[in-house]
Amino acid sequence: MKLQKATLFALLAVLELARDPARQMSAAEIAEIYGISVNHLAKVMRDLGRAGLVEAVRGVGGGYRFSGNARRVSLFDVIDLFGDIVTDASEMPGTAGDTEIARALGRVLNEVDEIAVATLKSISLATLLKNLDRSAARRMAATT
Amino acid sequence: MSDASQTAIEPEHPTETRLRVRDARVGDMSEVEAIDARITGINKPEYWARAFARYGARADRWFLVAEAEGRVVGFIIGEQRAWEFGSPPCGWVFAIGVDPGLRLGGIGTRLFAAITRRMQAAGVALVRTMLARDDALNMAFFRSQGMMGGSFLQLEMPLDDIADEDTP
Repeated sequence: MKLQKATLFALLAVLELARDPARQMSAAEIAEIYGISVNHLAKVMRDLGRAGLVEAVRGVGGGYRFSGNARRVSLFDVIDLFGDIVTDASEMPGTAGDTEIARALGRVLNEVDEIAVATLKSISLATLLKNLDRSAARRMAATT
Repeated sequence: MSDASQTAIEPEHPTETRLRVRDARVGDMSEVEAIDARITGINKPEYWARAFARYGARADRWFLVAEAEGRVVGFIIGEQRAWEFGSPPCGWVFAIGVDPGLRLGGIGTRLFAAITRRMQAAGVALVRTMLARDDALNMAFFRSQGMMGGSFLQLEMPLDDIADEDTP
């Protein structure tokens, strides 16, 4: 599954900030960590702010802080903000949708979409971050 | 699998210190059935009697309950399965339910931890489950325990699609 850049940047930023809700980071700092365009990210941060997932902290040392509920916000919720949910693959171009083959193909593509959406809806930001910590702990245990 | 609700994304950390997880007894079945009925809206006394006969106090099958202040507040059922389409022995969890009034208290987490410890002790290294795609609560619960999409796919078909050419 390929996400638009804005959606991917939003996921990276919101997860980075949700890791430590007390921490403030500027768009430039986040962009540097992930090697992404700061201008593009700045626009994404404004969208996340309007959605209530981050809040802008003004003044010296200002930046953004996570302001959502990491247990309640799913990956799908973030993706959906950018209208980048899986498209209805059953909609075939032109008149293809009227054919038996196009309908059968559409059913298969819909099956893939439904699995993807169910997966994204089932993973909260907190769950993803917790699994990240678990993986880190396992790696640490394996090397010691 | 008992559904629970469609709202919560992830349970809170365990807070119920008086909770005890133990093997189910036949006398627990009325409380288990009541929890399931509150969750699903369906009373299934025969099903629960059969479930206990099949999974209660059996080798490689686990029917556990969570008990708090003398009453059953949750249950989990699983078993060991082996060599289904080449799958080495693994644990399967196929039912979990928590009293709806006590959700987000870590009861499900305690039950899951207990059954996976039993599975590990039985020698399996992997646990699986199967859920409805739209079962948001249970899906989020198992995800929060660290479960991820696995290497097997579930397939199904209405049986009225079967051609009757081989029917005697």
